Amino acid sequence: MSEHAHSQPGHGSDATVHVVPFRILVAVWLALMVLTVVTVEVVYIDLGNLNLYLAMAIATVKGALVALYFMHLRYDRPFHAIVFVTALVFVLLFVSLVLTDSGQYQPNIDLRQEQLLGK
Amino acid sequence: MQESHQQHGEHRSAHLAHQFDTLDQQYQSGKLGIWIFLVTEILLFAGLFCVYAVYRANHPDIFIYAHRFLNKNLGALNTAVLIFSSFTMAWAVRAAQLGKKRALVNLLAITLLCAFIFLGVKYVEYQNKWKEGLLWGTHYHPIEEAAHAGEAAPADSAEAHYTGPPNVHVFFGIYFLMTGLHALHIIAGMAIIGWVLVKARRGAFSPSYFYPVDYAGLYWHLVDLIWIFLFPLLYLIR
Repeated sequence: MSEHAHSQPGHGSDATVHVVPFRILVAVWLALMVLTVVTVEVVYIDLGNLNLYLAMAIATVKGALVALYFMHLRYDRPFHAIVFVTALVFVLLFVSLVLTDSGQYQPNIDLRQEQLLGK
Repeated sequence: MQESHQQHGEHRSAHLAHQFDTLDQQYQSGKLGIWIFLVTEILLFAGLFCVYAVYRANHPDIFIYAHRFLNKNLGALNTAVLIFSSFTMAWAVRAAQLGKKRALVNLLAITLLCAFIFLGVKYVEYQNKWKEGLLWGTHYHPIEEAAHAGEAAPADSAEAHYTGPPNVHVFFGIYFLMTGLHALHIIAGMAIIGWVLVKARRGAFSPSYFYPVDYAGLYWHLVDLIWIFLFPLLYLIR
């Protein structure tokens, strides 16, 4: 089967419809399954704080595989990837700024709680 | 095939809306619309991931204590089911692009079946939490057996049967909110895939008009993507 099911007339570009080869779909699925097993098994090894970062790194790789191949971003017009990555940047900003903020006032909350319990 | 829509109005493809010049333009516009919708979904879940991050950063003990009441095996099973359904969905898009109607119908049916399995497993998990009293807020009333589920069951539990940190209900509030919202997305995805399946059976799709399959697929993959992050965050804490 051809990589491109058909070329669109008028635009002189056949990159807009891309058929992902079947072997790539299978390879991505197998990679996702292997990474799932890895992320489950690695919990039983104590790596301290690294456990969380490793779990998130594996999830990010899995998410990237899904986005690039299952969601066609690798073959798609770059604009869709820009839209997607922009959203992720905002999520990162959102979570990190809130974490910084809550980290600042958490000691005050703890102090107040101790005062209340101490009464 | 679709060369006709380059000519005069009466030869335009039946699928081509009047505001577009070509099917390709229509396809790309729809796809951009779906991606922008997916962005709003990501930002919706970002609020919950934010809640999770704040509580986990400030109260790691609650998460370490409470996550052991979640069943890792069932969570992993559901992850595998959802990843497989994403694979069959991507395969279905391929079948639609190549005009393989039977493969398309079968693959969509398998994807839908996987969604049912996912919800079935979720139902079993929720039911267990319900029985053990591991619910959100004021509904958190753990029964004694639940307290012994973890390996940290104390040898000298003379003074009290409860040894965990305070405010464990916060974890279950976050758990039910995140997985519940995700389950709602699964149900919405099932409705969409079901609709695409009905249309596929009627032969509505062809290599020049497969967009609804592609759009449904993009949504389904995002639901899978969110679960890929939920699973380690809720079930695999150390």
